[in-house]
Amino acid sequence: MPAVSKGDGMRGLAVFISDIRNCKSKEAEIKRINKELANIRSKFKGDKALDGYSKKKYVCKLLFIFLLGHDIDFGHMEAVNLLSSNRYTEKQIGYLFISVLVNSNSELIRLINNAIKNDLASRNPTFMGLALHCIANVGSREMAEAFAGEIPKILVAGDTMDSVKQSAALCLLRLYRASPDLVPMGDWTSRVVHLLNDQHLGVVTAATSLITTLAQKNPEEFKTSVSLAVSRLSRIVTSASTDLQDYTYYFVPAPWLSVKLLRLLQCYPPPDPAVRGRLTECLETILNKAQEPPKSKKVQHSNAKNAVLFEAISLIIHHDSEPNLLVRACNQLGQFLQHRETNLRYLALESMCTLASSEFSHEAVKTHIDTVINALKTERDVSVRQRAVDLLYAMCDRSNAQQIVAEMLSYLETADYSIREEIVLKVAILAEKYAVDYTWYVDTILNLIRIAGDYVSEEVWYRVIQIVINRDDVQGYAAKTVFEALQAPACHENLVKVGGYILGEFGNLIAGDPRSSPLIQFDLLHSKFHLCSVPTRALLLSTYIKFVNLFPEVKTTIQDVLRSDSQLKNADVELQQRAVEYLRLSSVASTDILATVLEEMPPFPERESSILAKLKKKKGPSTVTDLEEAKRERSVDVNGAPEPAPASASAASTPSPSADLLGLGAAPPAPTGPPPSAGGLLVDVFSDSASAVAPLAPGSEDNFARFVCKNNGVLFENQLLQIGLKSEFRQNLGRMFIFYGNKTSTQFLNFTPTLICADDLQANLNLQTKPVDPTVDGGAQVQQVVNIECVSDFTEAPVLNIQFRYGGTFQNVSVKLPITLNKFFQPTEMASQDFFQRWKQLSNPQQEVQSIFKAKHPMDTEITKAKLLLGRSSDLGQHSLKKLILTLQTLWALASSTPKPPRLDACCVWSRICKLRCTGSRCAQARTLFPRGYVTYCRSSFNPMQAVGLCVLFPCVSATLGDHTAHSTMEHLSTCTSSLGPGRGWDTKGLLTGTTAGLPVQGGPGSMKSRQPVVQSTN
Amino acid sequence: MIQAILVFNNHGKPRLVRFYQRFPEEIQQQIVRETFHLVLKRDDNICNFLEGGSLIGGSDYKLIYRHYATLYFVFCVDSSESELGILDLIQVFVETLDKCFENVCELDLIFHMDKVHYILQEVVMGGMVLETNMNEIVAQMEAQNRLEKSENFPMTLHLSTR
Repeated sequence: MPAVSKGDGMRGLAVFISDIRNCKSKEAEIKRINKELANIRSKFKGDKALDGYSKKKYVCKLLFIFLLGHDIDFGHMEAVNLLSSNRYTEKQIGYLFISVLVNSNSELIRLINNAIKNDLASRNPTFMGLALHCIANVGSREMAEAFAGEIPKILVAGDTMDSVKQSAALCLLRLYRASPDLVPMGDWTSRVVHLLNDQHLGVVTAATSLITTLAQKNPEEFKTSVSLAVSRLSRIVTSASTDLQDYTYYFVPAPWLSVKLLRLLQCYPPPDPAVRGRLTECLETILNKAQEPPKSKKVQHSNAKNAVLFEAISLIIHHDSEPNLLVRACNQLGQFLQHRETNLRYLALESMCTLASSEFSHEAVKTHIDTVINALKTERDVSVRQRAVDLLYAMCDRSNAQQIVAEMLSYLETADYSIREEIVLKVAILAEKYAVDYTWYVDTILNLIRIAGDYVSEEVWYRVIQIVINRDDVQGYAAKTVFEALQAPACHENLVKVGGYILGEFGNLIAGDPRSSPLIQFDLLHSKFHLCSVPTRALLLSTYIKFVNLFPEVKTTIQDVLRSDSQLKNADVELQQRAVEYLRLSSVASTDILATVLEEMPPFPERESSILAKLKKKKGPSTVTDLEEAKRERSVDVNGAPEPAPASASAASTPSPSADLLGLGAAPPAPTGPPPSAGGLLVDVFSDSASAVAPLAPGSEDNFARFVCKNNGVLFENQLLQIGLKSEFRQNLGRMFIFYGNKTSTQFLNFTPTLICADDLQANLNLQTKPVDPTVDGGAQVQQVVNIECVSDFTEAPVLNIQFRYGGTFQNVSVKLPITLNKFFQPTEMASQDFFQRWKQLSNPQQEVQSIFKAKHPMDTEITKAKLLLGRSSDLGQHSLKKLILTLQTLWALASSTPKPPRLDACCVWSRICKLRCTGSRCAQARTLFPRGYVTYCRSSFNPMQAVGLCVLFPCVSATLGDHTAHSTMEHLSTCTSSLGPGRGWDTKGLLTGTTAGLPVQGGPGSMKSRQPVVQSTN
Repeated sequence: MIQAILVFNNHGKPRLVRFYQRFPEEIQQQIVRETFHLVLKRDDNICNFLEGGSLIGGSDYKLIYRHYATLYFVFCVDSSESELGILDLIQVFVETLDKCFENVCELDLIFHMDKVHYILQEVVMGGMVLETNMNEIVAQMEAQNRLEKSENFPMTLHLSTR
């Protein structure tokens, strides 16, 4: 007999549905529905009380109308009335209506809650079931407030029926998910754990779901569930398939429950040895069963079996502790990679992604690379291909990066549009991360733009610029390659952007070749100009003015272009402004000033790859970060970020890159850190509990070494904790900010970082700090400040030991704190003869070191020749030295010419100037930084500091405020400075002609000795 | 957790729509349409999983679906569910429908919408899997049926003339 008797329908409902189905047009359907809605409305409002059956019929009709996609804004009250009926069927339809058409009217909710309360108290299991269903289906906060206290009682009461228990468990789970704060933990938790032993497998399944969710937030409270879950699992796995009768699904014993139990176990670390042995047996049995011949040909059989198998593999990967099992898991997944079932191939690729991050199995995963690449090429299903891309990304390391990137690039040509952008990001990241040879990187990115230019986001091309700027070994190659790529008749606008930028900066490196002479470069770029959008044109205009500086021979050509009506009278304000300003700049400024203004870009500060950030944003925090972190752990920064040049070494720190330089060049300023206060708590440096201190964390030596010349960065990172540092040093004092980041979602308890100095270090190095808050919330970061005083020279470094409780386990981490002697070095001034006298004294054999090393990058004779030919000092040493001196001069001037030197401003000024000559967006950035008001202010109250500021600012003033303002500012400047008179030592003319050597020279200690120009013309 | 269960026919006409996460009505309609278009363009013998559409959480969610004759059964789930497990669950649901209606067809879903909801309620509750044992579910439905009969509605007098 069918469980649903088809005859017992409601006639009116059937007629209505048939009518709708017979409607010939959408309009007819809407008309019929409106008629019915009006009918129901009038029935509901009518005087005659409706009987239960009619109400039920109308409610059903409303549900049907709703399903067709029409809004229902009435009928809730009638549905609520049905709840208080004693008839099961009426109550049932009432609850159904409420769960499907949830309404947040508070009066209604009160009535609904009342009805639910009555049903829960009715002791009628059917009614209780309906009420619990309703709570779970709606799951609103109001319901949680009303029932979160009640449901645990029902769940653990001895006399509750199994079916009600089942519903109560899930209902509680739903409320906990929606409003965890409203579900109080209490005595009931231990009794819930014991439901895992229940006779009724349905109850066990529901309880397992509940415990899994609760244990994620309260692992301590539910940890006894581990052994119970293992024994339950073991009983299921070893049972003959007939033992569990109804819960056997196509010859697989209780697959659903097995999956749930394996999920629960993934909330915990591997259990203690006794339980672990049993669990390992279970997992082995599951893996063994996968090899047995199937008991049924039906797909359901293999589905259920594999559902359990995949979950077991997830657990093995999660525990990541049994190399044996991991390798078996990997082999199993390898088999699935070639399975004829698409679903299994899909899941195998997905699981392997996580497996790739385990160090035990990373190599094993890599052996499947050909299969995965093949999947990318041959799979018919985009879902599967997407997973193949993910896996290739996850398994990529230095050994196979070139192959994987090449395959991804070739796949990109035919890839589905929906996943192109993601692939582009992945290729860009891999190419950067594993580039040994940066020419390969440049080729890859240019290819990327060629193949999928539309999907190359701003971040990608920004990044390639950053890298080329920061790595001078690739600049010549980049210029050459981009020049060649631009020859293509149709090239993507992104390529024009990259090309415009790179040629503007490094076009001189290839200008020696007659095939890419300045004029040819310019013509090539300008031939693309008219096809480009406004931002790109703006960028190209900047390139042109850079060309004026780099190649005086094309100056007139460029001026002609700038002067043409299409530029000077361009409808776009930005373009017009640039054209006007650049034209003016090129005609009024001397070569020296041009050279200063348009000097090569300084290296970008080290920072997280913007592309990675974008990918993370795209994929949501969970997936990528885990993978990234795992990868980072595995291969500690193959390339790391490009090495920063000295000027930006401390860029990550506030105030700015130049802060350190200030300390170097000028007379030592007062230490910024307050002197160690006497009351400051001395954190246990004597540490008699040395035995409790963990040995140094692996890899910390490498990190330590990186900090020798660096003050900021990540010192240590594992799955739980990240330690970051920011530090600054002045003379013999220093201050270090230590940031402890909790990467988990669980609190760290008893969090105690301790600084430990070895005995002999204690006398030489004085560390003072305050203890930090002992609890660190999930995802939170706490900061600790350490004041450092160097008393005498020392060799050892202090050790930072961190102890805390995470979940149930005690964690102990030790890392060397990078406080090294060189941090306290001070520059000193001496005359050349003194210097050489001292130098000659260093003649002992131990005082000399010589080392010969192989060049890291190929020495390209062509590029070298080109450089020599041009006589341009783009050699890094000279280049950065030049910049250093210039910075120092400016800053020194600012610092010494005003009583309270706003050094911060000075620093900002410098760093902004550096950034100014950049892309359109940067220009806009600068505009916000230097509003008109600044200049106005300078004009009204002029003082020397601002003169320097303005002089340095001039390029940006002219670029942002329009030619007129700039010009008048300059005039004003000249009158002001002349009125100051020569006594102040200001060389006004020098200022205005932009000879940097003419910067203020004032008597006093540490004054600049030379007046000779330090900035040579770069042409 | 299961966010939504959608059943629609080959033309995208919804036959059963159940959301376990609150969405405004018009978004619900959009989700049904979007899901239909995502699923429709897929061949029958490729895999049963795909990333959720833009409206229902994007790549954090998966659509797991099966196609039976004229109907698509689509479950939208988050990462806490086993993909193959959900695929089994769809099968359990459909087999149960088949047992309850004896050779279920699309028309049964149309004319007995309420019953379909009740059967679904025995399988999934508030987005969580309640029962996977088919016999148990059928037993529950039979019990409901008996209750209904015993309440002896006037409607039992009108036999459907469909």
